[in-house]
Amino acid sequence: MLEVRNLSKSFGGLKAVTDASLDVQEGSIVGLLGPNGAGKTTCFTMIAGFTKADEGSVRFKGQDITGLPPHRICALGMIRTFQIVQPFAGLTVQENIAVGAYLHHHNRNEAMSVARDVGKRLGMGAMLDRPASSLTIAGRKRLELARALATGSKLLLLDEVMAGLIPSEITEIVGIIRQIRDEGHTFLMIEHVMQAVMSLAETAYVLNQGKMIAHGPPRELVRDPSVVEAYLGHGAAARLQEENHA
Amino acid sequence: MKSQSIGQLALAAAAVAYLIGVYFASSPVWMGFTINALIIAVVAMSWNITGGFGGLSSFGHAALYGTGAYASAILQVKYGVNAWVGFAAGILAGAAMGAFIGALAFRYGLRGSYFALVTLAFAEVLRICASSFEFTGGGSGLQLKLAPGLANLQFADRTVVYTALLVVVAVVMILTALIKYSRFGAYLIAVRENEDAARALGIDTYRIKVQAMAISGAFGGLAGVLYLQLWLFIDSTVVYGSAISVEALIGPIIGGAGTVWGPLLGTLGLHLLGEGAKHLLPNAPGLNFVLYAVVLICALRFLPQGLVGLAGKFGAFTKKKEAEDA
Ligand SMILES: Nc1ncnc2c1ncn2[C@@H]1O[C@H](COP(=O)(O)OP(=O)(O)OP(=O)(O)O)[C@@H](O)[C@H]1O
Ligand SMILES: [Mg+2]
Repeated sequence: MLEVRNLSKSFGGLKAVTDASLDVQEGSIVGLLGPNGAGKTTCFTMIAGFTKADEGSVRFKGQDITGLPPHRICALGMIRTFQIVQPFAGLTVQENIAVGAYLHHHNRNEAMSVARDVGKRLGMGAMLDRPASSLTIAGRKRLELARALATGSKLLLLDEVMAGLIPSEITEIVGIIRQIRDEGHTFLMIEHVMQAVMSLAETAYVLNQGKMIAHGPPRELVRDPSVVEAYLGHGAAARLQEENHA
Repeated sequence: MKSQSIGQLALAAAAVAYLIGVYFASSPVWMGFTINALIIAVVAMSWNITGGFGGLSSFGHAALYGTGAYASAILQVKYGVNAWVGFAAGILAGAAMGAFIGALAFRYGLRGSYFALVTLAFAEVLRICASSFEFTGGGSGLQLKLAPGLANLQFADRTVVYTALLVVVAVVMILTALIKYSRFGAYLIAVRENEDAARALGIDTYRIKVQAMAISGAFGGLAGVLYLQLWLFIDSTVVYGSAISVEALIGPIIGGAGTVWGPLLGTLGLHLLGEGAKHLLPNAPGLNFVLYAVVLICALRFLPQGLVGLAGKFGAFTKKKEAEDA
């Protein structure tokens, strides 16, 4: 469904992403892992058309979408959420979701009723009339997901929708994501919460200092020495091994 | 937001009562004064589309107002075109100017105070051009021939003028409400609230902003034509001067930017205040502008949502039906 090939991006002298490739099959949940500053969000911004890649290409549903603006990409059925949540603060929850629903429902009543349905499905039924600014962080993360879903997009790029949530909230959202996937959606998700990645993703990619260093089922990745080193520093894998043997 | 309150209804009712009361006022001064205020209210409604709903605060709405007025005046004076055609042309010219300024400014991603400065610059350049070129009448302006009659869109009777203006104001407010509750309106508000999020949700934000400028331009051009048909005379300072740009933004900000009633309420309120001050201190011309400034500063400090927002705090209706099935 999504084929990313050799994306690169530098900010001034800093190489944020170098030669990154990944694939997402339709109907799957794919994780994108990596330590802070690895370039994960930068990958998303390039894939979704928010910044132009220096090099590389992106194909979505077989079509070359490299360099298309975000609204065109969204109309094709791919959408990103923001790591730093971006609610329409002055609007109610339902109105926020409706902005997404308007993409394919031009009539206000229709858009508002789609928004209501999506909100309820994500467990936000009781908050629909509250201003988005009054939501907790968990609520705002969920609102990001709801708005994205309301656009009718089939591929959702989720940027750390579980960061800052307490375990019970994580369990809840994991369930919701699985349910949405079963309804025919595909996910590429950046996530630091390993428990969630383990239970959701069939495959995951690991980015470190802008380079893809590993890819495979998450259970195997956590045992991969290069991945462990990326997170814990050089030599960490060896030290862990020694400790295990001792 | 969509919920209405008793306070807001009371405010709107007070405005309507005043506007009807003008018909029965003992002195003709009231009607003349309110006619001027209503024309400014239309400019305020023009500003409200971009500044209120779109968060694109212009400081140069005179560019749109003046373009509407000049387009109609040039056609009528230099080419002998009928006033009604001039009326339509003025609206279109305003829309075209709005779209042009928007297309240029937003192409280069201008926002906030940069956008405000560019619009101000446009209005000033247009003012200078209008005062220099021959076909705009140069420094002496343009004068329409006095020819009262419906065919020429000139009315000798003040009451007729006033009634016609009330109809225009009502139409512009209805259009504003339709925009507010349309897909376009929702997108425009989304752009104001968070442009990045709007882009992610599939909104072509550039296009929405340019369209908003075009609609705002149509309303602004309309106001300019109304002024022309009322006074039959325009010059560069009167229609392209920065006083119009200031009045365009101050009414909505005080009344409530991004609301349907705000521009009318703010403009009427301010003009009443200014007029009252004039009567109390007749020897201080320009005092009304000082007052406006004071009121504006107070409104920015204490009334972020304007009068409509303040009134909204009184007697808010709880939406029972929706609360139940939520
Ligand atoms: N617009 C920008 N201008 C300059 N540098 C940037 C910009 N965006 C990102 N960077 C840099 O690029 C690198 C990768 O950033 P990115 O946000 O993609 O990391 P990330 O993997 O999402 O990290 P995190 O887990 O902290 O969200 C970082 O060093 C960051 O400082
Ligand atoms: Mg990130």
